[in-house]
Amino acid sequence: MTPRSLNPAPGQSRRAERALIGLAVVLTLLFVAAPLAYIFARALSEGWQVYASNILHPVTLHAIWLTTITALIVVPLNVAFGIAAAWAVAKHRFPGRGLLVTMIEIPFSISPIIAGICYLLLYGRQGLLGPWLQANDLQVMFALPGIVLVTMFVTAPFVAREVLPLMQAQGSEQEQAAVTLGASGWQIFTRVTLPNIKWALLYGAVLCTARAVGEFGGVSVVSGNIRGQTNTLPLHVELLFNDLNAVGAFAAASTLTLIALVALMVKALLEGRKAA
Amino acid sequence: MTRAATQPGAPIRAKRVLPGFTLSLGTTLLYLTLIVLIPVIALILKGAEIGPAGFWRIVSSPRAVAAFQITLTAAVIATVVNALYGLLMAWVLVRYEFPGKRLLDALMDVPFALPTAVAGLSLTALFSANGWFGAVLHPAGVPVVYTLLGIALAMAFTSIPFVVRTVQPVLEDLDPALEQAAVTLGARPWTVFTRVVFPAILPAWLAGCTTAFARSLGEFGAIVFIAGNLPFQTEIAALLAFIRLEEFDYNGAAAIALVLLGFALVLLFVSNLLQSWAARYREGAR
Repeated sequence: MTPRSLNPAPGQSRRAERALIGLAVVLTLLFVAAPLAYIFARALSEGWQVYASNILHPVTLHAIWLTTITALIVVPLNVAFGIAAAWAVAKHRFPGRGLLVTMIEIPFSISPIIAGICYLLLYGRQGLLGPWLQANDLQVMFALPGIVLVTMFVTAPFVAREVLPLMQAQGSEQEQAAVTLGASGWQIFTRVTLPNIKWALLYGAVLCTARAVGEFGGVSVVSGNIRGQTNTLPLHVELLFNDLNAVGAFAAASTLTLIALVALMVKALLEGRKAA
Repeated sequence: MTRAATQPGAPIRAKRVLPGFTLSLGTTLLYLTLIVLIPVIALILKGAEIGPAGFWRIVSSPRAVAAFQITLTAAVIATVVNALYGLLMAWVLVRYEFPGKRLLDALMDVPFALPTAVAGLSLTALFSANGWFGAVLHPAGVPVVYTLLGIALAMAFTSIPFVVRTVQPVLEDLDPALEQAAVTLGARPWTVFTRVVFPAILPAWLAGCTTAFARSLGEFGAIVFIAGNLPFQTEIAALLAFIRLEEFDYNGAAAIALVLLGFALVLLFVSNLLQSWAARYREGAR
């Protein structure tokens, strides 16, 4: 007997089921789907031609370029860090492991704007390293290095937290077998571990990219928001919005939204693969 | 331990130590120290430099107090909304089968993937007088943009996934035998939910609410668009810190940031406690 057939009032519970599903669907359409759809509706509200000219505006293109460069620097570094952290924590036992995992997760709980302030207090003109940086003519704040560093802070946990649980669940019997057979460390990693974690790694990298590309709070503190120089794509959205150029802002926002949608699609594909 | 294990004559089990320990741990620690630890220490040092009296003067100034009150109030509203909505979504996505379920599930991740500035832009335009929702709400006398409600809305949107994604796996793991037993004993569906299901998912639900609350307190990107940012009315704490920076008042910015950091770390601690409680609960249920 299924649990439902045991139910004293099946008709009533069927009605409750329909009501709950209906409520969930309506709320999600209003709360989540509508803001998503509205971005494209507004971006294209004046036609494709205006949309294209908004995207191809030199300042917008520069913002896209700056955001791309930032992601291209941050994501590979983050992947390397994620793998190293997962390897250290999952495959070895040492005192302070729990503490290390908490430390990896910390950037998640710190507001990006606080991260930005931390960096300004370290590298800014009045900051701890400020005088030294100035003496050596190094510009970190209000320039690309600052943007990259804050983005690295904000995205630090992304790859590690996808790869770590998987490595822990898989254990290290296969790697131990490889050691017994005389494989070198690099061989073990590329031939045994990497094939096992590649999908989680890819998913972590995609999430990290989406987050790096969309970072706003931290970057707005350290970038100085110089039009055409240090404004990344999300900052450019705000700039256009403050210029009362709503359609332009939505056009710039739509490119970021497309990246977010790609990330979600990759997730759906990988979950289908996991289930299969 | 490692040294003992590599000594000649140690038992074969010593081979369990895989290579790359020093390299991987070294890389991890270096990255965390440079990227996370040193900047956070810079903030704490700045706080120490301000001193307790100066710190208190900044934090207890009327404008800062108003900003903290607004942030907390809006975050509480947002968390209550998400606590209910997240519970509903987790229940519906785990317990029922219906067309479009996978799409609905995927939509839950949108607020994580979508940049907060984009979310803020879209919500602001949607709820302003000529947007899809604002066109209905404005004439009805419910202004959302440039109000506390708008701040709460932006916070709620950006923290949607936390409750759903924490409760969902626990609900999936719940042993159906418990509910069947309750039904056999004559419990009505609502009783089964409140007496059997809810206590089992309570720790996870609370943990999800705690992270959602923490996220709401620190949210910035989505809110600056919708809030209007009027001091004493719609100015959140994170924004006040930002304004202090633009005025080159680094002490002011650092003090407010430290308060927010303190909140974040306390909430992280609470959430970790709740998560381990939840994990023990799940172990026990099996």
